Amino acid sequence: MPTDRPASDQLGARLRITGLTKRFRGADAPAVDGVGLDIAPGEFMTFLGPSGSGKTTTLNMIAGLEAVTSGTITMDDKDIAALPAYKRDLGMVFQQYALFPHMTAAKNIAFPLRQRRMARQEIAAKVAEALRLVRLDGLAERLPAQLSGGQQQRVALARAIVFGPRALLMDEPLGALDKKLREELQVEIGRLHRELGATVVFVTHDQEEALALSDRIAIFNHGRIEQVGTAEDLYERPVSRFVATFVGDSNIFDGTLSGDTLTGDGFTLRVPRTGTPGGPAALVVRPERLRIADAPAPDGNALSGTVTDVVYQGAYRRILLEFDGGVPGTVREPVGAADQVRPGDRVHAAWDADAGALVADASHGGHGAAPESATARDDTGGAAMMDGAADAAR
Amino acid sequence: MTALKKLPLRVFGVLVALWLVVPTLVVIPLSFTDRNSFSFPPPGWSLTYYRRFFTDPQWFGALLNSVQLALMVTVVATVLGVAASFALVRSRFAGRGLVNGALMAPMMVPGIIVAIAVYTAFLGWHLVGTVQGYVLAHTILALPFVIVSVTAALRTFDRRLEQAAANLGAGPWATFRQVTLPILLPGIASGAVFAFVTSFDEVVVSLFIQSPSLQTLPVKMFTSVTNEIDPTIGAASSLIVVFTTLLVLIPQLVRRSNAN
Amino acid sequence: MTALSTHAGTGPPAAPPAADGRAARRPRTGRRIALLVIPATVFVALAFLVPMVRLGWLSVTSPAPGLGNYAKIFSDGISLPIMGRTLRMAVTVTVVTLLCGYPYAYLMTVVSARWRAVLLAIVLMPFWTSLMARNFAWVVLFQDNGPLHSALRVIGLGSVHPLGTATGVTIAMAQVMLPFMVLPLYSNLKGIDRRLMPAALSLGARPIVAFGRVYLPLSLPGMAAGTTMVLILSLGFYITPALVGSPQQSMIAQLIASKVQQVLDFGGGGALSFALLVVAVVLLALVGRVARPTTMIAGSGES
Repeated sequence: MPTDRPASDQLGARLRITGLTKRFRGADAPAVDGVGLDIAPGEFMTFLGPSGSGKTTTLNMIAGLEAVTSGTITMDDKDIAALPAYKRDLGMVFQQYALFPHMTAAKNIAFPLRQRRMARQEIAAKVAEALRLVRLDGLAERLPAQLSGGQQQRVALARAIVFGPRALLMDEPLGALDKKLREELQVEIGRLHRELGATVVFVTHDQEEALALSDRIAIFNHGRIEQVGTAEDLYERPVSRFVATFVGDSNIFDGTLSGDTLTGDGFTLRVPRTGTPGGPAALVVRPERLRIADAPAPDGNALSGTVTDVVYQGAYRRILLEFDGGVPGTVREPVGAADQVRPGDRVHAAWDADAGALVADASHGGHGAAPESATARDDTGGAAMMDGAADAAR
Repeated sequence: MTALKKLPLRVFGVLVALWLVVPTLVVIPLSFTDRNSFSFPPPGWSLTYYRRFFTDPQWFGALLNSVQLALMVTVVATVLGVAASFALVRSRFAGRGLVNGALMAPMMVPGIIVAIAVYTAFLGWHLVGTVQGYVLAHTILALPFVIVSVTAALRTFDRRLEQAAANLGAGPWATFRQVTLPILLPGIASGAVFAFVTSFDEVVVSLFIQSPSLQTLPVKMFTSVTNEIDPTIGAASSLIVVFTTLLVLIPQLVRRSNAN
Repeated sequence: MTALSTHAGTGPPAAPPAADGRAARRPRTGRRIALLVIPATVFVALAFLVPMVRLGWLSVTSPAPGLGNYAKIFSDGISLPIMGRTLRMAVTVTVVTLLCGYPYAYLMTVVSARWRAVLLAIVLMPFWTSLMARNFAWVVLFQDNGPLHSALRVIGLGSVHPLGTATGVTIAMAQVMLPFMVLPLYSNLKGIDRRLMPAALSLGARPIVAFGRVYLPLSLPGMAAGTTMVLILSLGFYITPALVGSPQQSMIAQLIASKVQQVLDFGGGGALSFALLVVAVVLLALVGRVARPTTMIAGSGES
């Protein structure tokens, strides 16, 4: 920013939460269960997870909108867990915007400044600048009801950043918009993040959105964080079955690990060498790591199975298999790369021994969020994003 | 064909509408009669009874009493009703259903029962014929309307707006004044209008707790129909119809012109 | 829109005070807000609950302790016939308003938005035009040489004198009560899926059968709500019978009023009041059997 915005200096606090727990009265399980996280200044951190996984509750506790049952929240090493929301100086963009319906766009944006008893001219200048920043000049005097969904979202964004908050919290801010607008605003949010250098905590259940925006992603499940990492971390090195199935497609083979072999129902696989002790484990292999072959490959792994379906998806096709023994599988191949296979064909699927990731089997069947259905999800956009992540990883 | 099939329904609807509206309006032309009766059609026209309404201390005094009482009741019932609505919608406490039922009961119990219960109690408390008595009695009759209207507004109120205000730095009082209250205002205003009309229009309880020195307009009208035949009531009736219609219509018209 | 995650949009889930004292306190939640109900409750206790209890107490103690006042209702030869007449009148008025209100409410659901607004304004009009003004209008309309009488004379019915008759009271009362029937009915009918009737017709039902089997049952809650309101209000109605009716046709409300006002028989008036309440509650229960009680409340509070 060319002007001397104090905002750009103040945004970018370090947020650290430890042992954060929220127990709602009457609920059996805590909604948030001992969550700990360190968010660096200027980092774009996304909370990703299914509905009811505790991500919004965690965000609300950071914002001060939900009382903390136990745990700490610090901002730049100052404990803020006991501060009321209106003293925390955190900008928040709400689901469905929560714009004040009786105030114009300009009045909405001026609201936090008025609370801070700023001089009238200063307010006017800051509001004008914020409107310019979100490209809404000229719509200042419209009421929220007279604005489109995307414009309302921009007003909400401007209102959350205009007062120079220490960090920006966003709760599914794009959930109510259609796909095209959502993508447009993703770009916008990314731009604002870069320009302002803000620390952003972004809640979504849309993996595509998470991957497009985030520096790091925290995967929430059942009130806990399953894994925190970059998109590549999550895709290439999932630590749990849940992460493997929630982010992208995967082939999962359950078996018993001993040394570097995994023995399952009708197969023995070579797995990457890790320090993992033996016992029940699962091997996760991403679909693009698999190749269709006519015969077992000499090195690496190969399993025989029957093609159940072939789905064309533009640049690649997905070949759905049922391995002998009943395990379902997915192979992704560039179109035109190999011989055409048809449903019913007997084939081999092969992959390198170091192409997969081992996850502890502890989560097998234990998570109620139906991770298997995440695999079957027809989320082509997300799959395409993961392609990019996978390419980058190679 | 469908239009034809709906024709009897439409005719019936128009008849019912006429039944609802016309009798009340018939009084207006009759009030300009120059005779000492309501013979129809009026043989001649004059403003005699309007003049009398505004000059006769009995009629005009009753009007002033009614307006003053209704204004006091509006203020009291609206304040109490808004406060009670917040408690009823936003907190859970033991006996909440019971309290809600008690607040609504004066609307559900037949008016005559409320009237004699209030009358016998007020006789003992020396509240008959007093301003305090009227305000107390009319307030409990007006409260249900305020509570119905304000709780409805509160239930549809999006509480995230208050969270947003807090997040943006507004303390509890600032949030209430700048966000909650303005958004609830239409509901509160309609409750207040109902409270005014309820008090202004109340006859049954007022008939019992009246005194010769403190009489409301509806009571004056009632006695003028039953006791003497004073055509001034035609003027009074017409004025009330026009006045209350304006009172109800003005907010609607204002809202419409604001929307444009 | 997307599914809400966790508790975001649902407001405070009974916001428990945080377990440890350091936790953030949300503005204006908790128990303090419950205190706001106290002033209104005090008013209602003073001007309604205590008077009602006093009246009940008087009915069993004045002039003599015991149930004498209640026994008299059955023995005085006046109360029971008047109660019967009041019940008949209330039922008649309810049936008339139902028969006239149902088509009107249905019409409101099928016309254009503009006409719907007009019809709604018309039905709401009695809410804001003075009760006294409307009753006075009926007195004027019904009087000899009044507009109605003049009109009837033109078509050769000059001998009809509606003022002071049960018919006159019914016509006037039904008009006063009609909004209380139409509003709950309308809010019920507008919620009925309009495609259900064509669906039933396409399945081979004749229109009358389709209406009777599909539409009518779905409108029962609205009918129950409207019927309840009109019945209860009619039972205790004082003004219209007093002005439009005649002393020979008096209703229970007039009897109660005259006992209290003219002979200062507070015990007798109290006993009659509570008898009336019992009748009202019994009627409520009867109507309540037709529709679920939860749906009956809906609409009665329309403003």
